[in-house]
Amino acid sequence: MPRISPKATQRIAIACVWGGGVITVLILVVVIGYVLVQGIPGLSLNFLLTPPKGGLAGGGGISTVILSTLYLIGLTIVILVPIGLGAAVYLAEYAPDNRVTRLIRYGVEILAGVPSIVFGLFGFALFVTVLHFNFSILSGALTLVCLLLPTMIRTSEEAIKAVPYAHREAALALGATRWQVISKVLLPTALPGIVTAIILCIGRAIEETACLYVTMGGCAAMPRSLLSCGRTLSLHIYYLAMDTRDFAGAMTTGAVLIITILVINGITNWLSARFQRKMKGAT
Amino acid sequence: MSRYLTDRLARYAVFAGAAVSFLVLLAIAVFVFRGGLPAIREIGIFDFLFGTVWRPGQGQYGILVMIVGSVAVTAGSLLLAVPLGIACAILLAEVAPSGVRQFLRQAVELLVGIPSVVYGLVGMVLLVPAIRQLGGPGYSVLAASIVLMAMVLPTIISISEDSIRSVPASYKEAALALGATHWQTIWRVLLPSARSGIIAGVVLGMGRAVGETMAMIMVIGNSITFPTSPLSPTRTLTGNIAVEITYAGGLHRSALFATGIVLFILILIINSIAVISLKRGGHAQNLA
Repeated sequence: MPRISPKATQRIAIACVWGGGVITVLILVVVIGYVLVQGIPGLSLNFLLTPPKGGLAGGGGISTVILSTLYLIGLTIVILVPIGLGAAVYLAEYAPDNRVTRLIRYGVEILAGVPSIVFGLFGFALFVTVLHFNFSILSGALTLVCLLLPTMIRTSEEAIKAVPYAHREAALALGATRWQVISKVLLPTALPGIVTAIILCIGRAIEETACLYVTMGGCAAMPRSLLSCGRTLSLHIYYLAMDTRDFAGAMTTGAVLIITILVINGITNWLSARFQRKMKGAT
Repeated sequence: MSRYLTDRLARYAVFAGAAVSFLVLLAIAVFVFRGGLPAIREIGIFDFLFGTVWRPGQGQYGILVMIVGSVAVTAGSLLLAVPLGIACAILLAEVAPSGVRQFLRQAVELLVGIPSVVYGLVGMVLLVPAIRQLGGPGYSVLAASIVLMAMVLPTIISISEDSIRSVPASYKEAALALGATHWQTIWRVLLPSARSGIIAGVVLGMGRAVGETMAMIMVIGNSITFPTSPLSPTRTLTGNIAVEITYAGGLHRSALFATGIVLFILILIINSIAVISLKRGGHAQNLA
């Protein structure tokens, strides 16, 4: 068998590597492009402002779905941010290197890997069944808080740690207590980073389905309170595609979802670039 | 209120935040196990794990089909995603000029951001009819593997790229100085040195694949039958829980929680392997 020269091998191998990159980009282009091309023609103000027809035929708009999604995300963020930020401040500023800290860090790490549907089972058992919140936006939000905690903690801890050490020393030298350093210096300086963390969590909340499928009930009616059932945009796509086979409606909802995510992604990138520049300038 | 008192209270408050996150993990374990143990006790661990019939109506609860289904789609997706992901990682770490690199990074980031139902939807509309042309119902292990591939790809790419980058520059310089071509350096030096990081990336991708739910339900067909070929439908552990939990009661519900226990333990094992292999990688590189 004739040996291929190292140069030729290199040329073939590098071509394959480029091929891998092209395929990856193609996957993205096909998924996003297909949904946008199929979905955008159905998109209109009317679609956004009318409720879904419900029933087995699909059809209608997504007004109630948008409202449920907003309620869910609002409630989730209101509960998530104090807990997540508290944990992040503790881990970044207080945590002594002892067994309790290691246990907490280990817990956060494990929690990050637990599949969404297992969070769903937990939410179903605790919030829906034991606490009698039934299938509701509240049950969904509480489940989502548990799921998003690791993301919130990790990203905001990084933002707090990115504040240069000199800031802390300067404040402490002026006689500030530790909490004054945190609340008056660290948190305001890390604010853009924390906002990025929150937006990241909102993005993930919009993408999430499995844990909400088993806790929110999935009804298409107008949510009257936090205890009424509801469905998010993602869930709506699932119900349209699986239960009613209304693929056109699912594609249009998908287009709305993808546009939202593109916007969120853009904001996150812009904010975090700004934050990093600022922290670099400060050192 | 004196600022010293505030200081002390604040300390307790933030500690409470940190404690909650650990308690959540504990609560998940407690509730899932509490829900599932009665079924395991009643059915018997062996019959539950290796029973081939799942007929809740007749009190038969064996999850072997779902275990095989989950393993099949995970293996299928990794078979597709690993070569592609490593190729992309090499491209990002060693080959591409910085403009292309930035573009590709953005693309990978977006790939993570696309909701799993959107992957499922595109799978249903584009992939399933195409696969039907090859025979079978179209809803199949193959369709599920391809959809999953797109979802685990970003994990494999970003962790592999990081570990290729963290190989000390002196390794590369030494190889090039010996007259190796760039590719020989990549293949014989960089990839072997980054091996444990790459393995960690693949294992984390495996974790994502095992845990994925909605997209799987949408393209795999959900029939409770062993997959005999890539073209046949089956059901995953995650799909089994999601499809049946909202209406199940009694022993049936408990059996679904027991399925959750299996999933939970599986993920714990997979993630521990990833963490160990990441740590080992870091260690080896520190020694160098």
